[in-house]
Amino acid sequence: MTTQTTALMQVENVGRTFGGFVALAEVSASFERNKVTAVIGPNGAGKSTFFNVLSGVLPPSTGSIRFKGQELAGTKQHRFAHLGIARSYQITNLFPKLSVQENVRVAAQALRTRYNLVMNRSAYPELVEKADAALAHVGLHAKRERVASDLAHGEQRALEIAIALVADPELLLLDEPTAGMGPEETKEMVALLERLATERTILLVEHKMKMILGLSDRILVLHHGRLIADGTPQAVQTDPEVRRVYLGQNDGYA
Amino acid sequence: MSSTSHAAPAALRPPQAVGEAGFLSRWRVPLSIAVLCVLPWVLPSQALAVNVLIYGLFAVGYNLLFGYTGLLSFGHAAFFGGGAYITGMAIAHFGLGWFPAMLVGVAGSSVLAAVIGALSIRTRGIYFCMVTLALSQLVYYTALQASNWTGGENGLRGFTVAKADVLGFTVNLLDPMQKYYFLMVFAALALWFVSRVLNSPFGAAIEAVRENETRARACGYDVERTKLLSFILSGALCGVAGTMSAIHLSIVPLDALHYHTSSIVVMMTMLGGAGSFFGPFVGALVFLLIEDVASLWTSHWQLIVGVVFILFVLFLPKGIWGTLIAWRNRP
Repeated sequence: MTTQTTALMQVENVGRTFGGFVALAEVSASFERNKVTAVIGPNGAGKSTFFNVLSGVLPPSTGSIRFKGQELAGTKQHRFAHLGIARSYQITNLFPKLSVQENVRVAAQALRTRYNLVMNRSAYPELVEKADAALAHVGLHAKRERVASDLAHGEQRALEIAIALVADPELLLLDEPTAGMGPEETKEMVALLERLATERTILLVEHKMKMILGLSDRILVLHHGRLIADGTPQAVQTDPEVRRVYLGQNDGYA
Repeated sequence: MSSTSHAAPAALRPPQAVGEAGFLSRWRVPLSIAVLCVLPWVLPSQALAVNVLIYGLFAVGYNLLFGYTGLLSFGHAAFFGGGAYITGMAIAHFGLGWFPAMLVGVAGSSVLAAVIGALSIRTRGIYFCMVTLALSQLVYYTALQASNWTGGENGLRGFTVAKADVLGFTVNLLDPMQKYYFLMVFAALALWFVSRVLNSPFGAAIEAVRENETRARACGYDVERTKLLSFILSGALCGVAGTMSAIHLSIVPLDALHYHTSSIVVMMTMLGGAGSFFGPFVGALVFLLIEDVASLWTSHWQLIVGVVFILFVLFLPKGIWGTLIAWRNRP
């Protein structure tokens, strides 16, 4: 399970257009195992499109994406979870009326049984154990009987992560995991992400620069749909092009 | 609620955030059957009781799609009427016995549901409503035109089932009570089946799809296939109700396929409470009671049903049963 010579995911010349609008163009990158990579860029840079392409929500218009050597272009989105790619969403995306535990259990069930009319759903206690373990991992175990929509915002974000984690994915795609969080909640989320980073490959989109610099092994910078920088946080921070388009224009991020 | 959580670990209880919980949920099938058993004795007429049985099951089947999977179809008359017509035609034109004819009716409505479902499932919201409505109207006009087979405007006649031999017993279907309990057996089996589906892993999958399609897909559920299977199961159950109606009336009126029938089942389900096990039956009972009572006063009884329905949508959107359950589960 140590870092292998072949990357976990290889993205080659991936582009995505909407009508005549080029949202993403010629992006190439490969992602090594057990590394945290952050994707940054100003609003409209193509971060979300990039994420949607990597998680199967949008098929790429051009290029190829290989995951563990397997071509993903043309694979239906619901297959991605089965292959080992899980994602969270920028806008909290839960099963609001279900209990916290059921939110995670039903996610675990997706990889085990889907069209089974014969068994009882309670006949799979291992799914409940998995759900409880994932909830314990994100610190929500005590609240597992609450209805998901009753949780505080930060807790809902943590539940998002638990839902993604329960699939035991090799690649975890996190779309702004700290969106809308206060400083205290952000701190807890960063601590959680640091724990996760030791055992998983993580790709995240984030706006909070300080957080990214401390957490990531590598940063990709998108601008107008193109990859303009790719390197360590130090290298990206000092990159003149990046400073010009991104960091320089808003001191708040730097 | 907090006292029971000590008794049974959360892991062992079926997860259920909406609808009935605890006792009502565990005993829902025996309870429903018990209620159905006493129905002809407490309602003003046995004819009303049989209608509650048939339309109640129709609404239960509809609720699987609407209440549990979250898809608002305006075309379920196709499966109710389809089941009724196919059963009637199997007896009238092919001389099948009542039981094979009922099986053929349910199978036929399932196939119809598979076709209509496959064509409509990729559309969403109002488009889904309109596609299901349009396709069911196609079935309606087919039945209207193919009058050699269906009797056209006059409805299908000439297939009276007077008696049924079941396991050595002869049920006299001309006797209202015997007919009621005969038909109740099919309703009971269908209710058991629905309860089975809701308890199964698939039941959890359709709930996930209803709650959040995007998330369900990201978790690894094939949303389209899940919806289609739910659509077919729902169509099959409505088909059971349809075949029961054919056996009950000994005719199939063309109205069984009319979009008015589709709208009735939506109203019944919403009146009682979508997404709960007993709700649709309660809705069918209340709807038919209002019809029964109000039609004695005025021929415009639909006006009264309409006003009641609007009041419910505005003030009790969870329906009668749904509101009671919410009140009982209040923190």
